[in-house]
Amino acid sequence: MTVPRLQVKSLTKYYGQTLVLHSIDLDIAEHEVVCLIGASGSGKSTMLRCAGRLVEYDHGQILLDGVDIASEEMPEAELRRRVGIVFQSYNLFPTMTVLDNVTLAPRKVHKTDRAVAESRARELLELLEMDEFADAYPDRLSGGQQQRVAIVRAMATNPDVLLLDEVTAALDPELIGGVLKVISDLKASGMTMMIVTHEMGFAKEVADRVCFLDEGRIVEEAPPAELFSDPKEPRTQQFLQRIIEAGRL
Amino acid sequence: MAVQDHDAPPPPAPLKPSTSERLRPVLISAISTGVVVAAVVLLVRSSEQWPAVQRQFFNWQVMKDSFPKVRSGFWLNMRIWVIAEIVILAVSLAFAVMRSLTGPIFAPLRFFSVLFIDIFRGVPGLLLVLLLGFGLPALQLPGFPKSALFWGTVALVISYSAYTAEVYRAGMTSVHDGQRAAAKALGLNQFQTLRYAVIPQAIRNVMPALLNGAVSLQKDVALLSVIGIRDAVREAQIIKDRTFNYSSFMVAAILFLIASIPLARFTDWYSARDAERRLQQTR
Repeated sequence: MTVPRLQVKSLTKYYGQTLVLHSIDLDIAEHEVVCLIGASGSGKSTMLRCAGRLVEYDHGQILLDGVDIASEEMPEAELRRRVGIVFQSYNLFPTMTVLDNVTLAPRKVHKTDRAVAESRARELLELLEMDEFADAYPDRLSGGQQQRVAIVRAMATNPDVLLLDEVTAALDPELIGGVLKVISDLKASGMTMMIVTHEMGFAKEVADRVCFLDEGRIVEEAPPAELFSDPKEPRTQQFLQRIIEAGRL
Repeated sequence: MAVQDHDAPPPPAPLKPSTSERLRPVLISAISTGVVVAAVVLLVRSSEQWPAVQRQFFNWQVMKDSFPKVRSGFWLNMRIWVIAEIVILAVSLAFAVMRSLTGPIFAPLRFFSVLFIDIFRGVPGLLLVLLLGFGLPALQLPGFPKSALFWGTVALVISYSAYTAEVYRAGMTSVHDGQRAAAKALGLNQFQTLRYAVIPQAIRNVMPALLNGAVSLQKDVALLSVIGIRDAVREAQIIKDRTFNYSSFMVAAILFLIASIPLARFTDWYSARDAERRLQQTR
């Protein structure tokens, strides 16, 4: 039996006294793309943040290739090299050029030679059609361009898994397409991804599996064709109905 | 991106005002300013008390005679100012960083930083100058300089560092949480996060406040005159005690005023550029 690339085991998290994640289980196989959907406050972003070890959780485990990411067998630097995270608000460092943003972690955390780090960065930037902006500062770029740089930055260490947290939510509608295309290309190249998204059309297209979260639980989990056309759970049906009424599907 | 549409009405013709049209507003402001200034000068000079005021504060002969001494004192002010400002910027950043460290192991540093800031923000700067400038040289501590100039400058550095540390801290708090999250996601440790993400942005955010502090220190260096440092104010006072005339003080005042202008203009320029940058970010 192959070990899943990323495994979430009975993950439980409280914010103070509020239960935000309730014994969540989820396996993501290598090359698999899983989208998390659900209303605001359903816990999907928190789940992604736990999986990326940005926030602590109260119970449960997260395993990367069978190794607990919170254990001593997983040094912090190794975890950060193998898991890339992209945020809704890009969070590029504004005082650094695009190239420095991308090469910072390889150089300072993983002690990669500057020349090696830069040549890899330039390759990735070229792949995402951002190479001409290598020496620009982030505030000179559009939101869509910044987000593509953020994706390159997360890819700079050649990660095994990418976690994408509502990466198109802050973008103008006309800029979303470019970023979504990049993610589709990543899927085609075999990247394992956990994606939190509000773009149902995109989830339908790119996901191998879609998880619908509600009140801190995975209520329903199915391939997109099945979940979007024939949802089993009443809560899922209700949620999708509202999305359809809003013209978002 | 520029819209190109050949059916659109033509753009407005570029403005080409004639020379007289361009000069008119300049002329109007020059004349009105001139009239107001002349009126004030006339009014002041026609006052019965003016000759007395002029004799006491604007005595040309005294001003001319005191100028060399006051100027050399002022040169000392400026040197103390530059050195103290550089030390203050470094020391206060260290305190702000110490205060921001998390984790129980850094508790002593945090505590020390809070204590330092609380104490020296609460004590008047003049009192510190007197205390250190007179007190410490008198102690004759072995291995420490005995000059009042040194300890007076240390007093200024301590007093201003406590303030400036809080300026830096405000800047560090104003850096968006997302930046720290991104740094964590990339695997940067606490110090790397400060070094590469937080501090550069913090400095950029509080640059106008730091410049303002520098302007303020430029004048407060004159506090050292009370411990006998022969700066511009001290020199002016020595002359005043001899001539019973305040014109030497006016010379010092004018020198301080002139020195403050470039930095004030620079602060304006920087703030304007900063505002423009922020505008671009939100587009």
